[in-house]
Amino acid sequence: MAAAQSLPALPMSKVKPGRVVAWTLLFIGGVIMVTPLLFMLSTSLKDASQVYDLRIVPAAPTLENYWQILGDGRFLRWLANSTIVALSVTVSNVFFDSLVGYTLAKFRFRGRYIVFVAILSTLMIPTEMLVLPWYLMASQFGWLDSYWGIMFPGMMTAFGTFLMKQFFEGVPDDFLEAARIDGLNEFTIWWKIALPLVTPALSALAIFTFLGNWTAFFWPLIVTTSAELYTLPVGLSSFAVEQSIQWEKIMTGASIATLPTLIIFLFLQRYIVRGVMLAGLKG
Amino acid sequence: MSATGTEAAAGGLWSRLSLSQKQVLWAWAFLAVPVLFYTVIRFWPTVQAFYLSATDWNVMRPASYVGFENYRRLWSDPLFWQVFRNTFAYLLLGTPISLLLSFVVAYYLDRVRFMHSFIRALYFLPFLTTAAAMAWVWRWFYQPVPIGVINDILATFGLPQQPFLRSTTQALPAVLAPAIWAGLGFQIIIFLAGLRAIPSTYYEAARIDGLSEGAILRKITIPLLKPTLVFLVVFSSIGFLRIFDQVYNINSNDPGGPLNSTKPLVLMIYQTAFSSYEMGYAAAQTVVLFLILLVISLVQLRIMRDR
Repeated sequence: MAAAQSLPALPMSKVKPGRVVAWTLLFIGGVIMVTPLLFMLSTSLKDASQVYDLRIVPAAPTLENYWQILGDGRFLRWLANSTIVALSVTVSNVFFDSLVGYTLAKFRFRGRYIVFVAILSTLMIPTEMLVLPWYLMASQFGWLDSYWGIMFPGMMTAFGTFLMKQFFEGVPDDFLEAARIDGLNEFTIWWKIALPLVTPALSALAIFTFLGNWTAFFWPLIVTTSAELYTLPVGLSSFAVEQSIQWEKIMTGASIATLPTLIIFLFLQRYIVRGVMLAGLKG
Repeated sequence: MSATGTEAAAGGLWSRLSLSQKQVLWAWAFLAVPVLFYTVIRFWPTVQAFYLSATDWNVMRPASYVGFENYRRLWSDPLFWQVFRNTFAYLLLGTPISLLLSFVVAYYLDRVRFMHSFIRALYFLPFLTTAAAMAWVWRWFYQPVPIGVINDILATFGLPQQPFLRSTTQALPAVLAPAIWAGLGFQIIIFLAGLRAIPSTYYEAARIDGLSEGAILRKITIPLLKPTLVFLVVFSSIGFLRIFDQVYNINSNDPGGPLNSTKPLVLMIYQTAFSSYEMGYAAAQTVVLFLILLVISLVQLRIMRDR
């Protein structure tokens, strides 16, 4: 009896029924996670008469909503605004955060520690506290309702600087010393020698900065007043209010705001996941 | 770049400098713009925020000093206490629920090999969405029957209809749900990274000692995961205390929900500053937000040191 039971126990432990159950539950959970996105996309492909039909696969899918919304021009403008703002801020952060991170990691000079602590201390100050002084500053200098007005608060971040400093500390000094002996100037050493060695960190920083600025809502809502300068989230919000209960139109707008990041993810999944892990562990 | 200019202008002087002196000049040349930026865009506004909180600045008149008047007014404002309770409700519900869910998913996902990255992607996708857009999707879900998906499902199973965003008790959890949903993927990825950083020799040793899976989880996994856990607790707590995008969009016709039942501190700040234009009063509220975040962070750092 005991021997008969122990025999089938061996293949049983290879199949591991517990793992099958766990996998199935994880899979169901994952499907639930993307359900809101599927509903959003499916409704954006329905016309007004099908909206009340809550099936995920539309009976007669149509791109009509997309043509209408993109055709009126505002969404294209907001897409362009968001792209310009998010890209510019990302380039600025990748440049300055890594330059400062490198300087703090690799140069020895008096005041280095103070600069580092001062920059790090800004992490403790919530954006919301700075928003009113920024607003005052922007209105005094005429930056309200301009790209620069949306961008200036985020051109450099303490988070990015700290992340890059951590990574530059892992770059061996010998590399930089060798370049110095070859007569390269310090800027070239940073740009040509050090920077290529920390590309995983750079891509993590770029992904985070881009995503953060692409989805940013609070500051762009405050600093922009004319519809031509809205970023996509602010534009979508005003558009949705004006559509009141035309849910298929609102879902189309929401899809337009969401699809770019989702599509980028499909292509760069490995880098993005690795970037989030890097930023989370070292940041 | 400016240092190269100096080099050209004063070639003789530059060549007389020692290597370490040149290094110092280069360092400050690299730091010049950033130091200016942090001074003008971070430090000066911080000082200004404290100053503004002690003034009666609004759009009508120039700011004049009123001392602690704004704080006194805030203390006796029943709306502030309502908002204070809401803000902590987001924190105290959001952080434990989202961390528990993401830990359970990460713990099992870590052992799954079959279609691992596909399942991980399913959980991670909502993190890449725009909160302002997703608030509208969830708002649509919460509508009453012909159009609302959730009430439609409830009706299919013969369950009673729910008011969700129209109810003073259900609105706050209804706003919180999309916030938890969107943040889950990030927390899962961080937990996965933390789980992978635990050396497998620990587990092997534990198995040789005959520890059960539950005991391994309690005695090895969770203690070794503590730095990850502390990071996620701090990170998500700050996120829930600063919730705004979802709340603003999910009830845009009545931001803050029925009887202000969903209004968090940041929405109160926004409305005080940009609907009532009481900038000084709003500045005092931002200082209170700062103090709350500071206390929460210090408490959590303290816990980290105790480890």
